[in-house]
Amino acid sequence: MPSTADIQAGLAEILEEVAGVTPADATPEKSFTEDLDVDSLSMVEIATAVEDKFGVAIPDDELANIKTVGDAMSYIEKNQ
Amino acid sequence: MSTIELQEGTPGARILGLGAYRPRRRVTNDELAQVMDTNDEWIQSRVGIAERRWASEDETLVEMAVAAGGKALAASGLAPDEVDLVILASASLQAPIPGIGPQVAHRLGIPRPGAFDLNAGCAGFCYALGVANDAIRSGSSRNALVVGVERLTDVTDQTDRGTAVIFADGAGAAVIGASDEPGIGPVAWGSDGDQYSAIEIAAGRSTMTMAGQAVYRWATTKLTATLEEAMAKAGVTAADIDVFAPHQANLRIVESMTKKLGFGPDTAIARDIVQSGNTSAASVPLALTALMESGEAKSGDLALVLGYGAGLTFAGQVIRLP
Repeated sequence: MPSTADIQAGLAEILEEVAGVTPADATPEKSFTEDLDVDSLSMVEIATAVEDKFGVAIPDDELANIKTVGDAMSYIEKNQ
Repeated sequence: MSTIELQEGTPGARILGLGAYRPRRRVTNDELAQVMDTNDEWIQSRVGIAERRWASEDETLVEMAVAAGGKALAASGLAPDEVDLVILASASLQAPIPGIGPQVAHRLGIPRPGAFDLNAGCAGFCYALGVANDAIRSGSSRNALVVGVERLTDVTDQTDRGTAVIFADGAGAAVIGASDEPGIGPVAWGSDGDQYSAIEIAAGRSTMTMAGQAVYRWATTKLTATLEEAMAKAGVTAADIDVFAPHQANLRIVESMTKKLGFGPDTAIARDIVQSGNTSAASVPLALTALMESGEAKSGDLALVLGYGAGLTFAGQVIRLP
C-alpha cells in the first residue's frame, strides 16, 4: 500500500503530465477547477491515469464528487 | 430440389470519388459568444473548434446530400445509371418517414437503386462504407453511393454551451465501385449499447444531450483497440498509414488517438474540426476532402478512418484514397 505521501506524489506527477500543473502546487486543499485550472475533460484524463497508476476504478458519478486534490487522495486511499 | 444461386462478386471494392458540401454560413466563436455564455478561448481549449458551418433554410439535408453526392459522382467518372445502391447516413432527420436516401438518389438521376437511410450516429459514414463494400464484394451491387449528411443545428439546444458550440452541419459522400485490388479494408465495428443514453434525443424531446465526460472517456480509452483492429484486419501497421481521419468530435480526442497509435512523422492528421465543428456522419468524408484539397493527402494514400458516436457505435477501416 502506498503511503499518503506516495499518493500525493503520484497524483502530482499525473497532474503535471496531463494538465501542466507544477508539482509543488498539487497540495490537498487545492481545487482542481478553481485553483489548478483543470477543465472537465482533463479531469477525465486524470481519472483514467489514476486508474492505471493506482489500480482503482473512478466511475463518472464518483468523479463528479472529487473537487480537490485531497478528495482524490482520500478516494484512492479508500478504494485501493 | 432446386438450389439458390448466388451472384458473382468481386475481389475488392474501392472509393472511386469523394465529394463534400459545406454550408455557406461561417459561424465564429466570437459570434457565439454574443449569444451565449462562452468565449473563443473556452471553446478552443476544450474542443479545438475555431469556426463551424451552419446550414441556412434552403440548405436542407436533401439539398446538401445531393450536392455532395453529385460531386462524388463527378469525381468517380461514373454515370448515374451505373450506381445501383445508395446508403444515406444521418442522425438528424426531422421527419423520420420516409428516409431520404431514395429521394437523394432520384434527384441525382440514379434510376431505382437499392436505397435506404442508416442511423449509426457519428459512426454512420464508416458503417455505410462497410455495408457498401460488402454489397459490392458479394455481387449485390455494382457501384454504390454513400452519403453522410447532417443538420445538427436542427437538433441542438442553442442555449446549451456544452453542445451548441460543437455541433454543425454539412455533407460528404463517396462513390464505391469494384476493383481487383482491394481499396477498402475489412471493417472493425461494434457498439456499446449499455451507454445508449450518453448521446441522445430523449423520447418527446427535440434536442440532443451529451454526457461529455463519459463520451470523452469512452473515446480516449476504448477506441484505440478498434483502430488497431482495423489496421490488423487490413494487414497494415501504423507506420504504413499516410492519412489518419477519425470522426471530428473533439480535437483533443484526435490528438489523444494520434499520440497512442504512433504514426510516422509524415502521416497527415485530419483536424477539420477546427474549421467545421462536429458534423457527425459527415465528418469523415469532409475531413478527407479537406486534406485532399489542401494537398496534405493525395490520391493513392493509405488512410485510416474511424467513426464513433451515439449508440454508442463505432466503425473503422483502412482505405485507399481515390
